[in-house]
Amino acid sequence: MNEAIDRRLERILPGVQKPARYVGGEYNQTVKDLAEVDTRIAFCFPDTYEIGMSNVGMRILYEVMNNMPGVWCERVFTPWGDMEDAMRQHGLPLYALESHDPVRDFDLIPFSVGYEMSYTNILTMLDLAGVPLHASERKGLHNIVFAGGACTYNPEPLADFFDFFSLGEGEESTVEIVDCYRAAKKNGLSKEAFLLEVSKIPGVYVPSFYEHRYLPDGRLESIVPLHGAPEKVTKRIVQDLDAAVFPTKPIVASTEIVHDRVNLEVMRGCIRGCRFCQAGYTYRPVRPRSPQTLMRQAREALESSGDQEITLSSLSTSDYRYLASLTDELTDWCVARKIGLSVPSLRADNFSRDLMLKLSAVRKSGLTFAPEAGTQRLRDAINKNVTEEDILKTCEVAFSGGWNSVKLYFMLGLPTETDEDVLGIAELVFKILQTWKAFASNKKRGVRIHVATAFFVPKPFTGFQWEPQITPEEYMRRVHLLKNNLFSKSIEYDYHDSRLSEMEAVLARGDRRLAPVIEAAWRRGAKLDGWLEYFDYDKWIAALDECGVERSFYTTRGFGTDEVLPWDTIDPGVRKDFLLRERERAFRSEITPDCRHGCAGCGANGLLTEGRVCDA
Amino acid sequence: MLRMRFSKEGNAVWISHLDLMRLLMRAFRRAGIALKHSQGFTPHPELSLAMPLSVGISSACEIADFSLAEGETVPPEQIPDRLNAVLPEGVRVSDCYDDGQKLKYLAWLEAELTLIWDGGVPENAETAIADLLASERLLVEKHSKNGPVETDIRPMYRDVSLTRTAGTELCLRVTCAAQNPTLNPMLIDAAIRRHLPALAPDFTRCRRLRLLNAGNEPFR
Ligand code: SF4
Repeated sequence: MNEAIDRRLERILPGVQKPARYVGGEYNQTVKDLAEVDTRIAFCFPDTYEIGMSNVGMRILYEVMNNMPGVWCERVFTPWGDMEDAMRQHGLPLYALESHDPVRDFDLIPFSVGYEMSYTNILTMLDLAGVPLHASERKGLHNIVFAGGACTYNPEPLADFFDFFSLGEGEESTVEIVDCYRAAKKNGLSKEAFLLEVSKIPGVYVPSFYEHRYLPDGRLESIVPLHGAPEKVTKRIVQDLDAAVFPTKPIVASTEIVHDRVNLEVMRGCIRGCRFCQAGYTYRPVRPRSPQTLMRQAREALESSGDQEITLSSLSTSDYRYLASLTDELTDWCVARKIGLSVPSLRADNFSRDLMLKLSAVRKSGLTFAPEAGTQRLRDAINKNVTEEDILKTCEVAFSGGWNSVKLYFMLGLPTETDEDVLGIAELVFKILQTWKAFASNKKRGVRIHVATAFFVPKPFTGFQWEPQITPEEYMRRVHLLKNNLFSKSIEYDYHDSRLSEMEAVLARGDRRLAPVIEAAWRRGAKLDGWLEYFDYDKWIAALDECGVERSFYTTRGFGTDEVLPWDTIDPGVRKDFLLRERERAFRSEITPDCRHGCAGCGANGLLTEGRVCDA
Repeated sequence: MLRMRFSKEGNAVWISHLDLMRLLMRAFRRAGIALKHSQGFTPHPELSLAMPLSVGISSACEIADFSLAEGETVPPEQIPDRLNAVLPEGVRVSDCYDDGQKLKYLAWLEAELTLIWDGGVPENAETAIADLLASERLLVEKHSKNGPVETDIRPMYRDVSLTRTAGTELCLRVTCAAQNPTLNPMLIDAAIRRHLPALAPDFTRCRRLRLLNAGNEPFR
């Protein structure tokens, strides 16, 4: 433990909220003997401890790096505002949780970035650490700052701040990157020489090796690779999930976190292809874990953590081929130990209805649907293959089985949406209410229907990556239209903040001109932007003005299908012509059947090595 | 009913009372020791902590009472080792037994305050603090539902001793009432800050040392 830091911490912590999140020391954390460590890694998550500790990717890579002898990876999260203030007041630098050593003393500083509205937290963390914000200001091999995670599918708004990006799944590439760094350090390479070396690792994208040229009207003209860098950088994937690292000795947080349970990842990739969903496309190809592996991992992780809940996660867990046999075996094991088993993202089909009833033997979790759109026409356009009939049938079974609450998630502002689609949401909710009246086994308890709408944010590498976003004003008009048509007291309606989603859209499809905007917003005090208690739209607007950047360019304008896109250098496996085809089908309200009806030819299977089959 | 005694120090002092409950329950699960569960819609393990410990205060004398599930045969004397093997740093179980004294006999808590002045202990601090704590009344402001109230804490502590342990530190030992009502030792620090503002320490560390019954014997 770093005594100098601990002495100051002792005085700061009594005055901040939830101090336990700032000290580490949790069960199963990794502590190594510094005498046997040659490379120190401060693994940063640009959000709070509660969010970061719930992130499966972070937990996996923590394990991956600590499995390397001689390498010690520690965790760092964004301090909440009160802690940040206290740290600045007391001159306490950002430190890593395991050793309490200052982050600036570490060799590698990787970030896991999964949410656009956490970008300013990256700057907060680098600044608190005393590490220069810009890649160009950091000379030498000390403090190499890089990033991976969902947001790096369009890394351009962050290009100024990171030395390089690691695209796709990091289980294997992270080891290669760390080894490459160790070799560079041993051989006394310059930073430039190291970047050249690391760029040879598949999946590594070095932004300074590319020049972005713009047309007079502001659109991108071309992206020019320099230093012999490849035109495209293809994301990495794990070929065999059964052989991939899974943390079966998970760190057990000593304070409550968002997902306080074992998160068992049953498969990667999604067979559905919802046209708005970035994860649905970028996690492809589809690769399941075997039920044998999963049973073993579940037992080990539950025994090691003492957790009381386990969840089977993936983008669409009902599509896991061996779900029936897995849940049979797992339910027996869990019931005997009073462990709750939850299966999120269930579909509204027959099989799921049976499963739902079975799982309620352990714990009755809420009923959740994400129809995303209110009419079948629009659901076809976005390729969300859920029918009203299925939803109502599932509600019927649930209500007669004693459930009395439903959560429904929708999006407003989807391409081709009309007022009829918005009103369709109200109609569907009304029908669910009618279903409850007809079938509820216990009407005295009443029913709660929770409706939530998100403001559609077009994301790179989706069928809708070119589409305009509607204005916040138009979104709010649709919100009120819906609100005025939800009549019952049993209905609760929540909607996402229009301005936050607008800024998310700007950053999601932003180019390199956004980096100064992020920095300007941060200098004006923007922080923890994903939290409504902190998000300050005016700061962002002022920052955009200051930098002369027009936000409509990234939102309401839309991108031409022949336009050079900022993220064109990145290859996620799914091909652009496939996305274009999905876009055209959307405008014809034509669905693309899921992969089980036959491969739709998205291209992601090209990432598999010979002999491997997508969605096997 | 079983009782175990444990300490809470280092990083673990920042764990809140509720989080500590969860932490102990999980440790029992990891150790494979089944606790008795309450009946009802959401059954939870029967485990209670005798005196909630404020965040930031370390302790050598915490007490947890619990019952084992029917059919759980682990001998109490094995419980400390089994738990210590799966507890995070800073939480250590010292012993476990089935003949603990009734909680109503818990009367006193021996505590230690470390008063720290970064610029060195002020010259008259020792005597001034000793005099203050020996006075007939010692008023502090306590927070209640109806706003702050003045409370005389003088009847709630005894046996004050002051020792200089370093150029910048005074160690204040005091025995505080543990029940009916409880005196949080940090209120003594608050009293010093209120009545001797010029001598207010830069920081005060607090630690629970020992529990005593009304007969001044160790409470166990
Ligand atoms: S390659 Fe074919 S089967 Fe695999 S995800 Fe793409 S469309 Fe589906």
